[in-house]
Amino acid sequence: MSVGKEFIKGMVRENPVFRLLLGLCPVLATSSSVMNAIGMGVSVIFVLVASNTLVSLLRNFIPPKIRIPIYISIIATFVTVVDLIMAGFFPDLHKSLGMFIKLIVVNCIILGRAEAFASKNNTFYAIIDGLGMGIGFTFSMIIIATIRELLGNGTWLNMPVFGTQFEPVLIFVLAPGAFITLGFIIGGMNWLDHRRAAIATKS
Amino acid sequence: MSHPFTISPSPHVRDDDSIQRIMFSVILALLPAGFYAMYLFGPRVIWLNFIAIGAAVITEVLCQLVMKRPIRISDGSAILTGLLLAYNIPASTPLWMPAVGSIVGILVGKQVFGGIGYNPMNPALVGRAFLMASWPVHMTVFNIAPHGGTLSGIDAMTAATPLNAFKHIRSILLHADQYTTNEVAEASVTLSKLYGSYSNLFIGKVGGCIGETSALLLLIGAAFLMSRHIIGWKIPFMYVTTVFILTWVFGGVAGLFSGNPLFHILSGGLILGAFYMATDMVTTPVTFKGRILFGVGCGFFTVVIRLWGGYPEGVSYAILLMNLTTPLIDRLTKPKVFGG
Repeated sequence: MSVGKEFIKGMVRENPVFRLLLGLCPVLATSSSVMNAIGMGVSVIFVLVASNTLVSLLRNFIPPKIRIPIYISIIATFVTVVDLIMAGFFPDLHKSLGMFIKLIVVNCIILGRAEAFASKNNTFYAIIDGLGMGIGFTFSMIIIATIRELLGNGTWLNMPVFGTQFEPVLIFVLAPGAFITLGFIIGGMNWLDHRRAAIATKS
Repeated sequence: MSHPFTISPSPHVRDDDSIQRIMFSVILALLPAGFYAMYLFGPRVIWLNFIAIGAAVITEVLCQLVMKRPIRISDGSAILTGLLLAYNIPASTPLWMPAVGSIVGILVGKQVFGGIGYNPMNPALVGRAFLMASWPVHMTVFNIAPHGGTLSGIDAMTAATPLNAFKHIRSILLHADQYTTNEVAEASVTLSKLYGSYSNLFIGKVGGCIGETSALLLLIGAAFLMSRHIIGWKIPFMYVTTVFILTWVFGGVAGLFSGNPLFHILSGGLILGAFYMATDMVTTPVTFKGRILFGVGCGFFTVVIRLWGGYPEGVSYAILLMNLTTPLIDRLTKPKVFGG
């Protein structure tokens, strides 16, 4: 087990959004602008790292039969922290993310990493895993949000990109645009994978 | 070793039917309505049609090249998709819009699912729904008034479609207490004018999307297709009948059974949708009962959207919704094996 490998796996090979298809609800709902994506991503990184740390520290004390409720309580604690901090310091962002900050509690990525990784590995690796996965999640969110905000609003991070002639493709900031964008990105990644596999078998 | 004969499981049907023959028959059946639209809305219609068809064909070729599939452009299905898309947009839309609609229709509606025969929804309607969600103003404002004929002057000023006018008037009459007596009286006069304009509605001298205005020419084309057994009677008949009954019962402003079903059948895209798009072979059920159910469902959703929904016209969404239920309907209505 190497530190670099554990850190990098969340970026591409086990990317939570494009590969594991976990936590898609906030991805589809809050990727309509890059600002929202960054806010959501940073919240997830914090909760993921913190909950991985605590679960890993407590892994020998948690009775296996009631581990899920305990994980949820741990995660909910950190989500509450994020929720209150964001409401206090970034009220605008908090307002636009709305319910989805609270819904991080039931985000599959966080529960999944607690169950699949943090409860079986030591604290140091659990933190590295949480960081890698969280950054991979944020990165994917920003990619989707960039496409959606550029096409659907003609802006990037609220800065106008195209001239006044451009008429925004509204559908991209609506729900169907999220599905179309995500579908094409996953399709593209699968295509790249097939190609790489085909080249590997040939040589 | 190659066999001199084609070996395949039964049934063995010998017929000269081909995708090509079907597609070009439908295109031929649609042409009269297109020529009429050129007269009605001006030469701009020609450009919109060519751009939509061109974009659809180019997208299809590019997709098949990229996906390394055989180029099957000569089957005419992309041409038909482009033509239907152009028929589903107002004549005043900017010239780039049919191109975007065709590209999305072919790419997102058809090729990503595997090309012809695998698309769950009608590609032209996918394109229209995309345009509708993206540029609602361009898709619902009809800036070019129909040439010469108008709906007794109602659409002369605003170029509104009959259904737009109907939706507006109906909301005034249903909430009469919120408007002045003058407005209400004016609305009921307009409503009777709308209801009295059957001949214009039937011939098509009204505002609307490019290919949907003339019920007469579309019906002639449909009769041609039926005589060649390309479209069946079940879906269109059940679709129109359901709309007839539901708008008669619920469409009026003076309680039940006060609606005007003929107005609803002749206006908007109902004829175009029922005969040309709800009968698409790929996206509709194959069983007898399934087709009946499909037609009733389309009619139901169309009326719900027209009378209580946010849009004045619901044909395209009704067909898209029912397209998605097609696999379920087919499973539900699967006939029992004889003796089984």
